[in-house]
This record gives sequence, C-alpha cells and structure tokens, in this order.
Amino acid sequence: MYATSYHRASSVEEAVQLRSAHEEGKYLSGGMTLISTMKQRLAAPSDLVDLRHIPALRGISIEGRRVKIGAATPHADVAASQELRALCPAICDLASHIGDPHVRQMGTIGGSIANNDPAADYPAGLLGLGATIVTDRRSISADDFFVGLFETALEEGEMVTAVLFDAPEKAGYAKFNNPASRFAMTGVFVAKTASGVRVAVTGAGSDGVFRHPGLEQALTSSWSADALANVSVDPSSLLSDLHANAEYRANLVKVMAKRAVAAAG
Amino acid sequence: MTKVTLTVNGRTMSGECEDRTLLVHFIREKLGLTGTHVGCDTTQCGACVIHMDGRSVKSCSILAVQASGSTITTIEGLASQGELHPVQAAFKEHHGLQCGFCTPGMVMTAVDMINRHGGSLTEEKVRTELDGNICRCTGYHNIVKAILAADAEMASGRQAAE
Amino acid sequence: MGVEGIGARVTRKEDKRFLTGKGRYTDDMTVPGMKYAYFIRSPHAHAKIVNIDVSAAKSMPGVIDVLDGKELQADGIGNLICGWMIHSKDGSPMKMGAWRPLAIDTVRYVGDAVAIVVADTSGEARDAAEAVVIDYDVLPAVADVTAAMRAGAPQLHPEAPGNLIFDWQIGDPDAADRAIASAAHVTEIDIVNNRLSPNPMEPRATLGIYDSAEDHYTCYTTSQNPHVARLVMSAFYNVAPENKLRVIAPDVGGGFGSKIYIYPEEIVCLWASKKTNVPVKWTSDRTEAFLTDAHGRDHISKVRMAFDADHRITALKVDTIANLGAYMSLFSSAVPTYLYATLLSGQYAIPTIHANVRTVYTNTVPVDAYRGAGRPEATYLLERTIETAARELGLSPAELRRKNFIRSFPYQTPVIMNYDAGNYEASLDAAMQAADWNGFSARRANSEARGKKRGIGMSCYIEACGIAPSAAVGSLGAGVGLWESAEVRVNAVGTIEVLTGSHSHGQGHETTFAQLVAGRLGVPIESINIVHGDTDKVQMGMGTYGSRSGAVGMSAIVKALDKVEAKAKKIAAHLMEASEEDIVIENGELKVAGTDKAVPWFQVALASYTAHNLPSGMEPGLKETAFYDPSNFTFPAGCYIAEVEVDPETGETDIIQFVAADDFGNIINPLIVEGQVHGGLAQGIGQALLEAVHYDENGQLLTASFMDYAMPRADDLPSFKLSHQNTPCPSNPLGIKGCGEAGAIGSPPALINAITDAIGNNRLTMPATSMKVWQAIHAAH
Repeated sequence: MYATSYHRASSVEEAVQLRSAHEEGKYLSGGMTLISTMKQRLAAPSDLVDLRHIPALRGISIEGRRVKIGAATPHADVAASQELRALCPAICDLASHIGDPHVRQMGTIGGSIANNDPAADYPAGLLGLGATIVTDRRSISADDFFVGLFETALEEGEMVTAVLFDAPEKAGYAKFNNPASRFAMTGVFVAKTASGVRVAVTGAGSDGVFRHPGLEQALTSSWSADALANVSVDPSSLLSDLHANAEYRANLVKVMAKRAVAAAG
Repeated sequence: MTKVTLTVNGRTMSGECEDRTLLVHFIREKLGLTGTHVGCDTTQCGACVIHMDGRSVKSCSILAVQASGSTITTIEGLASQGELHPVQAAFKEHHGLQCGFCTPGMVMTAVDMINRHGGSLTEEKVRTELDGNICRCTGYHNIVKAILAADAEMASGRQAAE
Repeated sequence: MGVEGIGARVTRKEDKRFLTGKGRYTDDMTVPGMKYAYFIRSPHAHAKIVNIDVSAAKSMPGVIDVLDGKELQADGIGNLICGWMIHSKDGSPMKMGAWRPLAIDTVRYVGDAVAIVVADTSGEARDAAEAVVIDYDVLPAVADVTAAMRAGAPQLHPEAPGNLIFDWQIGDPDAADRAIASAAHVTEIDIVNNRLSPNPMEPRATLGIYDSAEDHYTCYTTSQNPHVARLVMSAFYNVAPENKLRVIAPDVGGGFGSKIYIYPEEIVCLWASKKTNVPVKWTSDRTEAFLTDAHGRDHISKVRMAFDADHRITALKVDTIANLGAYMSLFSSAVPTYLYATLLSGQYAIPTIHANVRTVYTNTVPVDAYRGAGRPEATYLLERTIETAARELGLSPAELRRKNFIRSFPYQTPVIMNYDAGNYEASLDAAMQAADWNGFSARRANSEARGKKRGIGMSCYIEACGIAPSAAVGSLGAGVGLWESAEVRVNAVGTIEVLTGSHSHGQGHETTFAQLVAGRLGVPIESINIVHGDTDKVQMGMGTYGSRSGAVGMSAIVKALDKVEAKAKKIAAHLMEASEEDIVIENGELKVAGTDKAVPWFQVALASYTAHNLPSGMEPGLKETAFYDPSNFTFPAGCYIAEVEVDPETGETDIIQFVAADDFGNIINPLIVEGQVHGGLAQGIGQALLEAVHYDENGQLLTASFMDYAMPRADDLPSFKLSHQNTPCPSNPLGIKGCGEAGAIGSPPALINAITDAIGNNRLTMPATSMKVWQAIHAAH
C-alpha cells in the first residue's frame, strides 16, 4: 500500500469538508474493496475519510412500506433485520450472500454501490427495486446511478448517505457464484413493484449491472418462472472470462431469473 | 506516524504506526501477538480473522488507524487461565487442525458463528458460514465436526446455566 | 499397544500451541536489527535484461541496499540445480539450463527474481522497488507445451534445442505395439492433467541472519527438509560450508511438496544479510506464491490400452509430454519419470507397458512435486482409461477392474516396481458396500424425477511411498540417498527426547512418533519430546515428502529404540543382578521376567549418567542414533467412489457422497490418518472440479490470486466416508505404508468418472467447472 493519511469524520458535514480539502482523497466506509485495492497498489488515495463513525449514516428505518438504509449500514445488519425481512426478504437474502460473514460485518451498502463492482450484489438489488440513492447533495434514481464498470453518477467528492425504496409486492434474488472469488458470476434480482416488473442482472454484463427488458416483459405478462422459458438472452453484450464465457452467462441469466422468481413466490 | 490505542484481550495497548499499516500487521508486529496470520492479499482466506467490538472481521483489510478505540479479541485472548475455550477444545478433540496456520482464523470464526447462531447450527449451515475461511490441510471434515460439537457443548452449558 | 501406543486415537500434543496462537512460524520470528526484503521480479515471461538502474532506489527512505544478480555472481553464489539425473533414450543427459538465484542476462518467467531491496520496513522496501528502473528487451514467450515443441517456438535455454529437456522411455515399445496390433479391443484416450498451485496456507518466508563475529549463517525457512536445504546450499550454491550454516524450519504451515525445494529467496536473503550486515526477512504474499512457488502436474498424454477377448489387459502404451516450466526445479525430473511411469501398472496385471515421456521448457514457473507427485498423473490416466474401456466393452466398471486385479504378491510389474503386499478386492468390496453401489439405480431414478443427472464413478489407485531405498534411487539418477535418521535420548531423570530428520508441517509427528516411543518404553506420552527441524539439533535427515515419515522416519526411531533398549536391559540386569535375557520392559519399568524385581526407566537412566555402577567396560549415557534405509518402496492402495448430482441447467456438480477405502498397512493413529485422507481428498476434488493455473499465450499468469484460482471451500465438499482394509507392509519393521498422498491420488478420476457417467459424455477435462460440464451436456445432446 502506498502512504496515505487517515481522517475520521463524526458527521456528514465534517466528512464532506475533509474530503473537499483533499483532491486525491477518497471516502472510506467498510473498506472491504478499497483497502484490498490499495494493498495491491491499484489505488493510491492521498487521504482517507472514514465514514464508519458517523451515527447518522448507520441503520435501517421503515415508515409504512418506505425503507431507508443508511449508507454505512453493514451487510450483516441488513441481512439480520427482522423488520426489513417482514417487508422485503429479498434484500435481506441478497445481503446475506455478499462476500463472507466477516466481510458482511465490515462492508457497507454505501461502499458497495459507490464502488459499483460489475459483480457486486447490491447494484442488482437497488436497480431491481428501483431504489433512490441519496447523497449529501441530491437524490439519484438507481436507473441513473449505475453508469458502467466501477462507474456511477457520483460527482467528485459526492457522498452516498442512504438508499431509499418502497417495498415491492414481490422480489427475489438468485446468484451463481464465481467458484474462486465468490462474487456473482451472474446474479439476477426480480421485483414486482408498484411501477411495474423490474429485472436487474449483475456479474454478467460487460458494462456492469443492467436491466433486461425481455425478461421484464415476460414477467409482466405472467409472473412465473415458466413465463421465462421462451425469452432469449443475447450473449453479445455479456462478459467472457476464465470462469464463464458469454454463452454460459447468457444461460445463467435465464436460469437465475427463473430461480429468483421462484424465490420471490 | 499515528498513535493507535486498542483494548486487546482485555488490556489497553498503544503503538505508533503509519496510517497505511494494516491492523493485522499492527497486532503482529507492534503488539507481538503473532497468532493472527496472513494467508492472502485479497480478503479471502480468513487466517487473519479477529473480533472487533464483538464481531468477526478480517484484520488484513482494516487499517490499524480505522480500528483505533475499538475492543479487539485475538486467538491469544480466547483461553482463560490456561483452560481452552470450548471451541479450541473441540478442535483438539476432533482433530480440526493440521498445520495450524488457518486455525486461529477458523477458531475465531467458529466462536463468532456460534455467537450468532448458537444451538441452531447444522452441517450445511457451518459449511456455508465457513465461506470466508480457507484450509488446505483438513478438507474441512473435522473442522465442521469440531464446530458442531462445540456448538452442542456450549448450548448444553447455556441450558445448564439457566 | 495401550491407550497411548500404536493404534490409539491420541489427540495431538502439538495442538495446544496452534489453538492458542502460540505456534511459531518463520514470519513470526523477529531478531534485533532485522530488516525487510522485497524481491523485484520480472513482469515479462521472457526478456533480456538490458540495464538495471538502482541509483534512485538506493536513496529512498529507509533503504539499506539494493542488490542484483551481478553482485551475487561476483560473490560466487552458484546456480540452482535439479538433483535427479535423467538420461534420454538416446543416452544423452537431461538438458539443464542455468537458473540464477537473481537473473543476470535473461528472465524466463513472470516472477523470475531480478534484484532485492532491503529496507527498514516492508512498505519502504516495496516503495523503493518501484524506483528501480530495469530496461528489458522483451522476447517472444511460450507457455503451452505443445506450442513450445513446435518448430520456430521461442527458445528458453541454449542447452536445450527445441525446448526439449529429455525424451525418456520405460518398458518395451515393440512388445507393446505387437500386443496392441493383436488385441481384441483397444481403448484410446487423450488425457490432460491440469496444472495446479499447491497453496499451503502459510506463504513461503525466510529470515537470513549473518553473524560476522563467527562468520556464521542462520536461515529460518518454511521448509519440509531443512537438512536437504543446508546440504544443497552448501554443496551447490556456495552460500556457506555446512558447519557455518544452520537451517531452522520451525512450525511450517503446510507444504504439499512446494516447500521441499530450495528457492532463490533463501539463498539471496542469506547472502544479502552478509552484504548488508543486518538480518534480512522476506515473506511471500499470495500473488508471489502463485508466481513463484513450484506448480504441480501439467501433463498431456496419449493412451492406448489393449484387451484380449476375455477382457484382460494385454498392454498399455503411453506417450506423455510434461511441462517443467522455465527451469528445472530440485526434483522436477523425477516426477514425470520414476514417480509416474513406474506406477502405470496400477492395481492391474498388465504384461506389457511402455511409456515415453518428453519434458519441455516453457516460460512458466518451474513445475515440481505436488502432493502425490507423478502418482496422481498415473492414477488419473489409468483409471480414466479403464473406465472408458468398461463403457466401450459394455462391462461394469467393477467387473473389468476385478478381472484384471493383481492377486498374488510379491508382484513384479514391467515398470520396475515390486509390489510387496495388497488386497485390492477388499478395498473395492468395502467401497462398493459403503457407497451402496447396488442401490444407485434407484437413486438415479429419484434424481431424474427432480430434473437432475446422477452419476457414480470409482477409482482404484496404487502409489509407491516410503521413499526410498537409497541404492535403488541412486541407480535411477537421484543425487541423494533417501534413508532417515533418528536419535533417542533417555535423559538422566527418565524423560525422553527423540530427534528426527523428518519434518512435521501438519502431519502430527510430535504425537505419532511419541506414540511409538510411549508404546515401546511404557512411559507416558507427556514425558516424550519430538525434536525436529533444526540442523543444529538433529544431525542429519532427509525430511518429509512422499509419505515417507512413518515408513522411513519411524523405522529409524525403531532402530534407535532397539539400541536404547538393549543397553538399558544390560544396565537393569546389572542393577538387579539378573541375566540380561530375562529383562522385559513393561509399564515404564525394566523387570526380571517372572519375578517382582523391577527398576523404573528413570533409575536405569540415572544409573547410566552417574556411571557409578555400570557393567564393566560400558560407556556412560543412554542415547542412541540410527540410520534406516528402506529395502523397498511401500504400496498403499485403495478404492474411491464418488457419487454426484449434476444440475443440467447450470452444469453445477454436487458431490452426494465420497467413499474412500484405503489400505495403509498398520496405522499408528487413526485420528491423524483420517485427517490426512480428508485433506488429500479435498485437494484431489479441488483438482477435479475447481483448480487450474492459467497462463495466457504471452506467459502472463491469469490465476495469480484466490480471486481467480478456485480453492476448495467447506461448502464445495461433503463429509467423507472412510474405511481401512489394511494388509501390513512386510518391508519395514512397523508394517506402515503411508497415508499422506492417497486422497489426492485416488480422488480425481473417481469424480470425473462419476460426472461423465451422469452426463453421458466421456469428453470432459479437469477441472470440471460448471461451465465445462454444462457445455459437455449440450455437446452430448
């Protein structure tokens, strides 16, 4: 790791101020990706602004069907929230399959989506739920937030503070692990929301998380795994790597979509 | 250099380090507690698992400065007055270790697992919960057996206490 | 026998320190003034080194020095060598290219060490390494063996035209051809044995300490054989004479072969410690481990197996190409020859066998022994071939194997080995019963009803362990003898130290070796200490690999115990005024048989050291040394059965059950033996389903971390069903065969036979990843 300077913020305002004072700085949340990347000398922020000690960023609040998850809430807390599970079990299940138990106890939802790893789970969940990402300066719809590989709509120094979504009527997530990294080789989140059916795919797209209109249409006409039988998934925009080529991923998209629907009930 | 203060295994300990120093290196090199190991660079193998503020974490992916002010338990702090913790005893009884390198992380993971799921562990659940720990020697067979035995032992201990 | 003696499930003596964080591994060692090394490595698979500029790096914060290969050469440090001479079939010796500990002119794989930075902290060493400017002239590279053998391929070493190291054969080629020509049936198959990274959880590390006052070196290192390390570093690398070099391998976190070899880092850190006059420590990170630890396997073979009309195997003909990487590692030449082709008879009576083996240089890290070493390659090849034959002939896999089993011993194979004992049918029967083989078709129907494909597969393996009779291996080209030594010291108050040349890095020698002594002398196991891993404490030894520590290492202890007992009996007889022949050892005492006269061990020991009243002419003391050289290899064998369920939608394989029925000869500690099998199975299953090293065509390693190299995790594996059908080994005093490698040897073909059975397509290579299985299912329909 290259040399860096650490700062601990106790409020959102302090964090934003610290970050703006250091052009080459970065926010540090759970650090489960950032520290690893820095260890490999693939990232070299001059300064780190730690968000884990800002109470306002942590926790889950629910009003009616409206869910708000603080950006510094660890995956383990999302997975274990009984209140959230009663409303939207799919997001709890998704959180319970991120990384491993230790990673889930440090890693946070804000850190995960700000990084937007093309194989991360939360981007599929939030895109599938049609969530809103709240930052220190604005609200961004998930459709606009996830731009590309490791790329988001966040501006320089902008900080995710929370995610908001309305609990869907039904939702499910199915993930096929990369056998080595245990990231999603393909993960599909399906949701029947007030504004329609949404299907979001992670781990498979060569440009990161994406929605699949064909799968959405099929589920709109009939919410069942069988309805997906005749949908074709085009491999041409999918990733090929050591573990899975695009054709295999195209197959997994469909199979995981079916299983996500089955899980959603 | 930054001063880092931690409560480790019940004692307050301080040391100076660079901000880039990883918690695992601080524990090993500054505090001399070499039971916590490093087996990979990618937050996967789990040889470095410790408890921070009561939760199992990978100390290879946390800066020492990030942890400052927290309460840490390492493998050295698990046994009390020379008596092995029930998880340690179960690993010995069921031969849940060979070369010993992954063992501290495995044991700390098992303790955390039982803390969270005590009394309700099954073989399948234990195997899933071991997702973040790699062992090259045991094929996990006896680790799984040891964790299930420790869980049963600790559950019966809790029952007896009630 | 007894509660702590041979055969008892004694929990391990060494566990307490490992469970409480008190294990002492090389990276745990800290000495005053110690500094940290960072190795600068080639980012290119093949390049000329044009210039190395260290000037900027030398003035970086914390830097003690930056050293390169020219300085190392100027100080007379020698090349790394391969210690087993193989001759090609034309009589020419193998073509060993020069391997410098730090490259001077040419780098030949990504990770080849070029220079070393020594600094106050590891971070500063790495910072400074980035300031070293190395000018490379990049050359074309080749990573694949087939490509390396083509005309016009990049050439690695001037000594080896066509990148060919040797072209070796065993057996009679003409006899094999004749048998194949006249066969009733010939099964032909291409076999690929995938390349693996051993990945012990403890990465390699070394601490070199030069003491200028004594002109003496100490090397802490992650080694399976510290004495061999000292021997080689003294005799060939010119680091220091043996009496000025102490090698200590403290607790070592797994080896699996990869820690047998002497790597550049030990040599360079010792030399750098003298150059810089500070102790120098280096610890590998995991990516460095992938780049520089010797890999395993990497064979491609063409196989023909001939049968007569009665389905008896009449001949086996094998043509193998083995990738040895960029340089010849310490035992690399032995692995695809004498550890491989000599096992091609398997458990079967095959009258004619011929194997041709070509070994090839490529721009990849050197390949050497990895758990099983040659024997997994032989087993996979044979057991895939015979399974394929059974399918072609319409026979059950058990029936075809049973028909061809060797049934009388000793049995001389056509490929050197003389099997001393075994009962292959017993393991086959036990495995089939444990797996409920006969109930499989009902289980398959049940899976089909759920849309899943179920398959079952077996593998009958044999291995040669207890490595090895020194004269025999010497005649085959080994540069060392493969005996073992032991010393038994009975201290003045009766406690016992056993010094052994074996090295435990997970195998539990501190317990099993103590069990042997406890059983023999009738003393409690707590009073026995096993001392190993330090060349200043143990006189000499050959270390631990090839399942040799029980069969060879413990046999040496037996010999030393024989001598100790003989002397103790003389002393006891003298003390009790009895005849030496009447003394028996029971429950920690030396007794006069048939009387109540007895003296405890401590009293005999004390008498031996006070020497006030010893038999006339007897030397004081009670300490004996023995060297044991085995008379034959040992031949563990067994039958493994895998049952799998494949999800046709994803190609994912679920192991429903895995049965292992092994014959290890006599067993010292079943608890530890079972653990060895579990671990071996996990590595074999890893090879079959998950693990593979991939280089791209330019020699860049694509699987350089656990993010891309799939290690078996707990949820990839089932609990295993084990049993033993032991026939004692007649070739050593304890009847031990060895158990360290069996699991890794026997399991891969069982898995692949099961998966191919499930999916109805025999064309499947390891690792059978979900994608490959899914593709094979689609290809089959």
